[in-house]
Amino acid sequence: MNAGTEFAIDVRGLNKHFGPKHVVRDFSLQVRAGEIYGFLGPNGSGKTTSIRMICGLLTPDPGSGSGTCLGYDVLRETAAIKREVGYMTQRFSLWEDLTIRENLNFVARMYGMKHRREAVDGALERLGLQSRANQLSGALSGGWKQRLSLAACLLHQPRLLLLDEPTAGVDPKARRDFWEEIHALAADGLSVLVSTHYMDEAERCHRLAYIAYGKLLATGTAAEVVSSQKLHTYAVTGPNLAYLSTALRALPGVGQVTPFGNTLHVTGQDDSLLRDALAACASDAAYRVEPIESTLEDVFISLMAGATDNFVEQ
Amino acid sequence: MNGFSLSRWFGIIGKEFIQLKRDRLTFGMIIGVPVMQLLLFGFAINADPKNLPAAVLSADNSPYARTFIRAMENSGYFRGVVQVAREDEAEDLIAHGQVQFVVNIPENFSRLLVRGEQPQILVEADATDPSATNNAIGALQVLAATALARDLAGPLGAASPSPAPIDLRVHRRYNPEGISAYNIVPGLLGTILTMTMILMTGLAVTRERERGTFENLLATPALPIEVLTGKIVPYIMIGLIQVGLIFLASQFVFNVPMKGNPVVLFFVVLIFIAANLTLGITFSSIARNQLQAMQMTFFFFLPSILLSGFMFPYRGMPEWAQWLASILPLTHFLVLVRGIMLKGNELHELWPQIWPILAFMLVVILLGLRFYKRTLD
Repeated sequence: MNAGTEFAIDVRGLNKHFGPKHVVRDFSLQVRAGEIYGFLGPNGSGKTTSIRMICGLLTPDPGSGSGTCLGYDVLRETAAIKREVGYMTQRFSLWEDLTIRENLNFVARMYGMKHRREAVDGALERLGLQSRANQLSGALSGGWKQRLSLAACLLHQPRLLLLDEPTAGVDPKARRDFWEEIHALAADGLSVLVSTHYMDEAERCHRLAYIAYGKLLATGTAAEVVSSQKLHTYAVTGPNLAYLSTALRALPGVGQVTPFGNTLHVTGQDDSLLRDALAACASDAAYRVEPIESTLEDVFISLMAGATDNFVEQ
Repeated sequence: MNGFSLSRWFGIIGKEFIQLKRDRLTFGMIIGVPVMQLLLFGFAINADPKNLPAAVLSADNSPYARTFIRAMENSGYFRGVVQVAREDEAEDLIAHGQVQFVVNIPENFSRLLVRGEQPQILVEADATDPSATNNAIGALQVLAATALARDLAGPLGAASPSPAPIDLRVHRRYNPEGISAYNIVPGLLGTILTMTMILMTGLAVTRERERGTFENLLATPALPIEVLTGKIVPYIMIGLIQVGLIFLASQFVFNVPMKGNPVVLFFVVLIFIAANLTLGITFSSIARNQLQAMQMTFFFFLPSILLSGFMFPYRGMPEWAQWLASILPLTHFLVLVRGIMLKGNELHELWPQIWPILAFMLVVILLGLRFYKRTLD
């Protein structure tokens, strides 16, 4: 890292078109060194494209912004970036017809590592996979594949980890272990940018960014993101909630109505309109209405609904 | 309960058509392959090659000799009959494959002819591909009997002996017994290399892309040149093993002669392998999946095998088809291999067939670089 660089990632105004599609629009992101940064957004919102631009796999549209990754220019110094970044793809992208050891060994070679044997043995030991080192990686379960991918990314001791939906299709226990490891790595000074769909994972990040349809909509800590959207949420319990939710949705001031088991979360930006709507529909004594804290999920669904889908538009 | 449902069945048919329509390349193949086969089989391929280049080494400039040469041209089997003055000149022409026949008319041809003493005409035929020469030789035999019939009529009629006025001797060069294996086995070297080299490299790269592992490779500091060449080298080795096997079989099973220098053969094989590999890599950077890479290979392989002179004589084809065939590396490779093994050609004699392969390679590399993507965009 260049002296005095505070940010692991600092990009401003990046754009990317695929043909006529404007996939990423004026993308700016600052990730501090040693920070776990959550990257959220609906499917097809440009998260993967943004990550690929940061790690030098994709070239941003020319003349549309610039930035640095670990102090290296994302437009010109992609080779240096690749050496110091660990990128874990969304899909398992190690070679299924190589064994676990062969995969790790190959990756180590690609990074030109000097003490390959030791590094691979160390990684196998940390993974607890020494006994299965000669198994084909294609035979591993989803959770193990994910751990192997992470180990492969860490092999060359990167200073920045880019994780693209690392926990998709992984069971809760494996997810928890995975996050524990990420936090331990961050504590050692590694910076992490992780994209995810899971709200509980978003809350485990130091800071967040929300991107939808190529535009960055909110950034900050989880609490900051929640409070910045100034949402009001009420929990409603009572009979016939399905009918109630249809009635509420038709009223002004009601943003989202989301069923959570036996309660209904009703969210809106204008508190007085929201209260009027609830008073109109759920005034019956059978209903209990109480204000609750808005959650990240409420905020994201609200953000998503507010963002225009530029792919549909065009 | 669950009997054959027509509407379900039509649903499946409909879905298949929709998917076919989406896969442009497959769709193109469905149309393109029959069209190509029709053109090639219908127009280009001719098992009775005519217009074969020939040279005449005539020591007798008599009207009779000229009549015979003109009759050769009129038969349709020979074209652009060139007169050469010296024997080594004629030898060069046939050794380099520039002519298929050399007709030697002896010094005392007309004198012997007029005397009715059946002068000899020696025809040297390049029999590396026996099927290309047999019909023309047959035609010559007829010419020997009939070409001079008019000249020898009248007062000289008596000089026309009943079997034939000319004693035609045919000398099948390079393959005197007309053994097809001499032609086919060296040719197989080329076709097998074409098939495996293009297909294997094409699949090797598209497989990475299809499985998503290419992204991983690109995310590492590996340079494109490292990835490409690194992926090619194993297939070069496979190619060389194939060459070794076919070569050994040609020597010990089929007893094909090896007149030339094995080192030259090796060198030529390397150039040919390189040309095919570059094409395979280029295909793989255009193809989106393994199936497409396979289809492209097939689309290239078909004309290669039909037009190159492997299955049908090159010179039997019309000019446009010969021109098309001369783009294909296999066409030149076949001439090279037969030249080295059967004729004993040396490296300096082979240049006219080597540079077209190199040119092909250069064009393909330039195309491939245009398509190869360092990044994923």
